Amino acid sequence: MTPDKVVVTLIGLGLITFIIWYFWLVKHPGVKAKVGTGGYQEALILVKGGYTPDIIIVDHGKPVRLNFLRMESASCSDTVMFPDFNKSSKLPEGETISIELKPEQPGEYDFQCQMGMFRGKLVVE
Amino acid sequence: MAKDPVCGMEVEPQSAYAIREQLGQTFYFCSQDCVEIFDGNHHQNGHLSRRNQRWSTELRDKITDLESVPVVSKRVSTSTRVELAVIGLQRSGGPALEQAIAGIPGVSKAVVNTKESRVFIEYDPDSANVSDLLEAVRGAGFTPGIQNLRLRVKGLYCAECVQRIENALQAVPGVLNASMNAATNEVRVEYSPSVGDMGLLIEAIEAVGPYQATHAFESSEPELDTEAQATEKEYRNLMRKWWFAAAVGIPTMILSYPWIFPILRDWFPRGSDSLRYMWYAMGIASFAVLIYSGGQFFVGMWEGLKHRSANMHTLIAIGTGTAWIYSTIALLFPGLFPSEEFTDVYYDVTVVVTALVVLGLAMELKAKGRTSEAIKKLIGLQAKTARVFRAGKELSIPVEEVLVNDIVIVRPGEKVPVDGEVVEGQSAVDESMITGESLPVSKKLGDEVIGATINKTGSFRFRATKVGKDTALASIIRLVQDAQGSKVPIQRIVDRVSGYFTPAVMILSIMGFIVWYDFGPSPSLAYALIVAVTTLIIACPCALGMATPMSLTTGIGLGAQHGILIRSGDALQTAERLNAIILDKTGTITHGKPSLTDVVLVPGQLETVLITLAASVEKLSEHPLALAIVEAAQMRGLMLRESREFEAIPGHGVSAIVEGLRVLIGNLKLMRREGIDLNGLEDTSRRLADDGKTPMFIAIEGELAGVIAVADTLKDDSKDAISTLQEMGLEVVMMTGDNERTANAIARQVGIDRVLAEVLPQDKAFNVQKLQLEGKKVAMVGDGINDAPALAQADVGMAIGTGTDVAIEASDITLIKGSLLGVVTAIQISRATVKNVYQNLFGAFIYNTAGLPIALGVLYPFLGILLSPLLAALAMSFSSVTVISNANRLRSWKPTQLMPTSNEMEAIK
Repeated sequence: MTPDKVVVTLIGLGLITFIIWYFWLVKHPGVKAKVGTGGYQEALILVKGGYTPDIIIVDHGKPVRLNFLRMESASCSDTVMFPDFNKSSKLPEGETISIELKPEQPGEYDFQCQMGMFRGKLVVE
Repeated sequence: MAKDPVCGMEVEPQSAYAIREQLGQTFYFCSQDCVEIFDGNHHQNGHLSRRNQRWSTELRDKITDLESVPVVSKRVSTSTRVELAVIGLQRSGGPALEQAIAGIPGVSKAVVNTKESRVFIEYDPDSANVSDLLEAVRGAGFTPGIQNLRLRVKGLYCAECVQRIENALQAVPGVLNASMNAATNEVRVEYSPSVGDMGLLIEAIEAVGPYQATHAFESSEPELDTEAQATEKEYRNLMRKWWFAAAVGIPTMILSYPWIFPILRDWFPRGSDSLRYMWYAMGIASFAVLIYSGGQFFVGMWEGLKHRSANMHTLIAIGTGTAWIYSTIALLFPGLFPSEEFTDVYYDVTVVVTALVVLGLAMELKAKGRTSEAIKKLIGLQAKTARVFRAGKELSIPVEEVLVNDIVIVRPGEKVPVDGEVVEGQSAVDESMITGESLPVSKKLGDEVIGATINKTGSFRFRATKVGKDTALASIIRLVQDAQGSKVPIQRIVDRVSGYFTPAVMILSIMGFIVWYDFGPSPSLAYALIVAVTTLIIACPCALGMATPMSLTTGIGLGAQHGILIRSGDALQTAERLNAIILDKTGTITHGKPSLTDVVLVPGQLETVLITLAASVEKLSEHPLALAIVEAAQMRGLMLRESREFEAIPGHGVSAIVEGLRVLIGNLKLMRREGIDLNGLEDTSRRLADDGKTPMFIAIEGELAGVIAVADTLKDDSKDAISTLQEMGLEVVMMTGDNERTANAIARQVGIDRVLAEVLPQDKAFNVQKLQLEGKKVAMVGDGINDAPALAQADVGMAIGTGTDVAIEASDITLIKGSLLGVVTAIQISRATVKNVYQNLFGAFIYNTAGLPIALGVLYPFLGILLSPLLAALAMSFSSVTVISNANRLRSWKPTQLMPTSNEMEAIK
């Protein structure tokens, strides 16, 4: 094996390790929803290339209001879906759209765009 | 009779609680509350000009008079009155609601008017606000009628304008919330419909600055427009990108291989300076393509990486970016490479892949729009204006302003604007858009009309019962949208896979690069690069991601078009695998109310005479069977006569004198008691009873005249539907609370073998469970009212709705049209949709599992096949378009024509 092949192999394996670590192994903490007026646990989620924040932590049994603000025109993100709650909503660009839920059971509930390119998680504690 | 001007109740002048003289008119009041409201009103208001007007109008006048500049400025009076519309208010609920509201600090009085579904509240705006009041209404278990309205405001000149306008609107009594979108210049106002008057809102806005407010298109329709516009904009945007990339791409393609073309070969010989210069030019041009046409991929990648997620954008961006960077390095620093054969450039890959993927996205957008066409059609059904009768005048107003209890006028050819009940006139109404029923339905006094249906022949007036978000159409749209956002269970597995998919592709691509670099043929670097880029580009996570949502959206929309509302993807998938279906008898297989079925006459009697006399007697009775006879007489157009000395004999029947003739209607016991000769009709009676009917003897002047039978009749298409269900391989079971004899009679008629009779309402769910324990997937079909627990217990609960009540909670599927054929169509749609989902998933799966190894060059050692990145880009774009097109294919699905059943075939012969 020539030195250049060794170098290429090592760099490649390094990259693979990095990808595994970056996408799968690192768990990043979510954002706790703030309790706003009327007892709603509220969070503002920016929709641009993904959901920011994408992990929202709420308490169970209390109503949740997630305000989505979509700041891009790519058609992928024009709908946000909460399959576990049978809820979905169109997100017109530049408008804040509220989605109200009341998670009764603790658990993790995914939300995503229609094709599943963008994903987020509602963690109910 | 006089009318209480406050609550609108009819008051006897003699027994009125109080009387007031005002401006030469006398007003009578039903209660202390009403007169106090009136007095308070006059005390501040000083005049009351119009009589017989609805209080709401007066209240509006009052508010306008009292606060001609009704905004921002501190309210002059310390107490304000509002009138809130409350849904689901019944007489019994009144006191509780009054108490709940009166309990709020700052509220001095709350009066409930159940007839108009209103609550009148007097409160101090400093210590309570409308949202508190609404909260109290909700707390008491009622739904406050809230409506949304959008106003377009012109003349915004400052940043504070938004706040100012919102404050102005929120200060208007009855307005719950106002939020302005400065980007669209629209303000969305939430208000209680009885208070919020658009004029008032506009005034409020215009009073605080140099603004001009107009009514913006409300609700669904325009949202649709903006959505369509947004899609169109995005599409044009993508097409511009595509044209630019294509314009650069074609010359780049040709010039990348100059040695193929005779003339170019001479101009750009290998290793020449002219070739290098051309490559520089190509590098710059392709960079422009990457930035302009492919910019979104890089932005998408970056945003995704920030979230530690990788998606299609990541793959395309890395693929095209790598090709460009490699080419540029090879061009600028050829010395870095061991030999000249490595220094080829791949600008064509960059440009053409970008072009093809962008084109694919544009086509996808077009096709995607069509999958949700069904819901767009539904939204488009909404009427825009309504003709209402207010204050003695006919007004044409936007449909959003129609209030509950408004009298709405509908002319031939016009759309019924909201849901309601006919109070005058009659007509035929085309309800096909809502119920799927193709024939026009006749409407007369007391009948329910559904918003968005089209009036065909006559004119009529109706009282609005549901407006705004509560109409059947609005509920349907909401249900459909929610269902389209749900998931088919299989999708959950796909989701888990696709979460790992993109990074896995990246890893594969790197591994491909290593393997080809280490072990591949020369020039290994070039091969490795091509393989890595091709692998990145051919993978199509989109096809996987879109496979189910696209079919689901189409399938659920398809259902809605046929009057079938499917709650969720779950229901859809379960409905496809049913083994057994339990049908509730009453109201599902049958009409659910008795009607006259047989008339057997004693020789010499006339049918019309008999029915006229019977109906004339029975019209005084309250028995449901009696109603059937009266209806039969009305259907035949018979004039009912005066009857007197009506007597109900418990357990026997009734008697009365009509036109001087003593008429007896009743059972065998009655005839025996009166000593009437049965004339051999006893057998007839028994035969009718055996058929599950209720026979009644009629005697005139002590002589038997005939036997009439009343029964709950079958719906016209029940039999066809049941035989079709059986043909589809489902076991059909009938469940009823009736006795065995009646139940079997009906079951025989429709061809059901298995009958669960004498089932108490509370045992229905248990019986469903028993069937489930036999290992079957069971659907339960019922009217959704008595059967709620059974519907919930079943694997799929189907509610047969009639009219406007579509949001039946316990059901997974609601059939708007009250026909069993809907069950057949629902199952057929489920089967078609689920099949489509599987096709898509299979296609996407096969595509990726076949495409990736080929791209990695697995075939190269055997067949010498290596995929070009350009082909990969083509395949990738094509695959996602295929998935969407397949989902679109569902749109052309038609319910299978029902074949005549064998019995009918015999009858024809």
